[in-house]
Amino acid sequence: MKKLITANHAAGLAATLAGRANRKGRGFGGGVYPITPQTESIEFLSRQEIEKGSVVRVESEHSAMAVCIGMASNGARTFTASSSNGLAYMTENVITAAMYRLPIVMLAVNRTLGPPWNIWVDHNDTLLLRDSGWIQLYCEDNQEAFDSLLFAYRLSEDPRVLLPTMVCIDAFVLSHTLMETDIPEQDQVDGFLPPLQMQHRISDKPRTMGGLDFPHETEVHRGQMQDAMNRVFKVYEEHQKAFEKSFGRSIDGPVVPYRTEDAEVVIVSMGTLGATAKQAVDTARERGIKAGSLRVKMFRPFPEQQLVDALKGAKKIAVIDRDLSPGMGGILWSELRGAVRTADVVQSYLIGLGGGDVRPHHLVEIFDDLAERDRPEPSILKEVA
Amino acid sequence: MQEPLLDGITQTGVDRPEPILRAGNTNCGGCGMSIGLQMLSRAVADRTVQMVIPACCGIVTAGPFPHSAYGAPVVASTFASAAAVATGLAHVAKMNGEDTRVLCWAGDGGTYDIGMATISAAAERNEDILYICYDNEIYGNTGGQRSSATPMGAVTTTTASGKLEQKKDIVGIMAAHGIPYVATMSMAHPEDLFHKMRRALDMKGFRFLHMLSPCPTGWKSEPGEGINLVRQAVESGLYPVVEVFDGHRWVVNVDSALSQGALESYFAAQGRFGKTKIDLAEVSKAIHRNWRLLQMRAAFDTQKIS
Ligand code: SF4
Repeated sequence: MKKLITANHAAGLAATLAGRANRKGRGFGGGVYPITPQTESIEFLSRQEIEKGSVVRVESEHSAMAVCIGMASNGARTFTASSSNGLAYMTENVITAAMYRLPIVMLAVNRTLGPPWNIWVDHNDTLLLRDSGWIQLYCEDNQEAFDSLLFAYRLSEDPRVLLPTMVCIDAFVLSHTLMETDIPEQDQVDGFLPPLQMQHRISDKPRTMGGLDFPHETEVHRGQMQDAMNRVFKVYEEHQKAFEKSFGRSIDGPVVPYRTEDAEVVIVSMGTLGATAKQAVDTARERGIKAGSLRVKMFRPFPEQQLVDALKGAKKIAVIDRDLSPGMGGILWSELRGAVRTADVVQSYLIGLGGGDVRPHHLVEIFDDLAERDRPEPSILKEVA
Repeated sequence: MQEPLLDGITQTGVDRPEPILRAGNTNCGGCGMSIGLQMLSRAVADRTVQMVIPACCGIVTAGPFPHSAYGAPVVASTFASAAAVATGLAHVAKMNGEDTRVLCWAGDGGTYDIGMATISAAAERNEDILYICYDNEIYGNTGGQRSSATPMGAVTTTTASGKLEQKKDIVGIMAAHGIPYVATMSMAHPEDLFHKMRRALDMKGFRFLHMLSPCPTGWKSEPGEGINLVRQAVESGLYPVVEVFDGHRWVVNVDSALSQGALESYFAAQGRFGKTKIDLAEVSKAIHRNWRLLQMRAAFDTQKIS
């Protein structure tokens, strides 16, 4: 059924459907706490009747994730949502969730970190958590946000993976924007998301989840996490097929190319910047530039091989970051330039920081700028606001 | 675990196949927490429990992976999160119709300080959790720093000339939440302690138990003296043994002689008070004040005013 809804409501709806799909398992729940611009997703969830479901209205993001940890370690399917400083405050438990290999799914609405306070989009908040052991998916539109949340459960709960996933959407650009979104029926979701079976859940057996790890045990546990992350690529592909079978539409892979087959100059981006980049590519092409766009949908695990393959023919690459690691530059750029060594120029642009409205013409200007360069310079901050 | 405890008064009848605190734990000799866990094991008997232990001494107790000294399922939580993780466990148990008691086992750092917001919120929501605080009045795990449970005058590694402030009134704070049950427990009065654990285990809603827990390492006291110290704390009136039902019905379980002698011995036996000049007359005054309040609360029959 097609519905005109915001990404926040789409996320709340996806969590509800995924939650109901676990009614024959150990149930569904999570701790929830409001923060702009995510609040509508947990408001939506709090209004739903979910058989064998329990949503706890807690006192902080730190506890929101802690409740998810308690529920997930007891075998339930879990959801929470946060943004910006909420994610920063939650961080300690975000890390714990991954260490305990709990398949928690979180909606993360990308918002500028403060203070000073700014509620608009910026990717620094979730990129702060790139090393936490979570799978990270960045979305381009509401349909992708909805689909990715359902997909995230399937991916996270796969016994070969067992890592939490955060589905990231741009503040306001998606969170508060109505878009037509195709919503499946409950039985379709039931088919795609069978009840969660978690072998290592806490039960009545005397086992301690946590406790002490000495260096050797830590080496082993970290190695296991890395192996699980490495398995994500293959598992992702498998579940893409299952997704298409269940819902009759496809879901994008870890990297999403647009007109890159013969492209010589390519813009690499994340989130809704990818949609803007496509328009810029069309304009640049009309002007005879062999332009292309590559959107990084999955940032963790980092799809290095897919990026290398997709950028094989590119001579010049512009990595546009809606984030800044002060003292380094763009975060996506800093990771990508280590991987892609075939291009002549891999130039970093910082654009739309703090929610600056990035228009297609800004990105066409980047194509023009790139044409002039034969070697990169440190990250260029492009002001648009 | 087969011998009858206290001449059979608190024999459980059903012994757990495994004690909650197994051999191989890393607790210091004479740690009050060890005694508390043994008592808990008796009280729990054959009930199904799941425990949450934050990053206090209590989780170091487990020892290194893959071994655990806990003979019960345990989730280790981050320092501030015990009551929230327990909330999650309890909700899933309830949704699945399981009669599991979810309990938190946390020190004063994780309760009075860093976990305060989490506990207060879980209490306000009246979550179905039994929260037990073993209060050693110090950050024991990190080597003995002051907490808001450290009594005035105690030397810690961060209060070289003695703590200047009073200990936080955790019983008053928890009772103010109006939760079904708050109680303090003295390990020198094991029947009372045992019955409170039992009562709390079988109640619903948020229950808070407080146990003064000698820490020879931080208190600079003889490991074998722990129970005596607690007895002196009770006899001197320093540690009232009470319970509070629904936040308003106060009961004093162990009368105190408010003994000056016990007070003197209590302070003299602990190296942590050695370097500071504790004004016992002042301490006495505070104790008397507190007891008058307690007696008024206990006498105030809330049944009669409705
Ligand atoms: S430091 Fe104190 S509380 Fe911690 S294990 Fe040792 S005696 Fe027990």
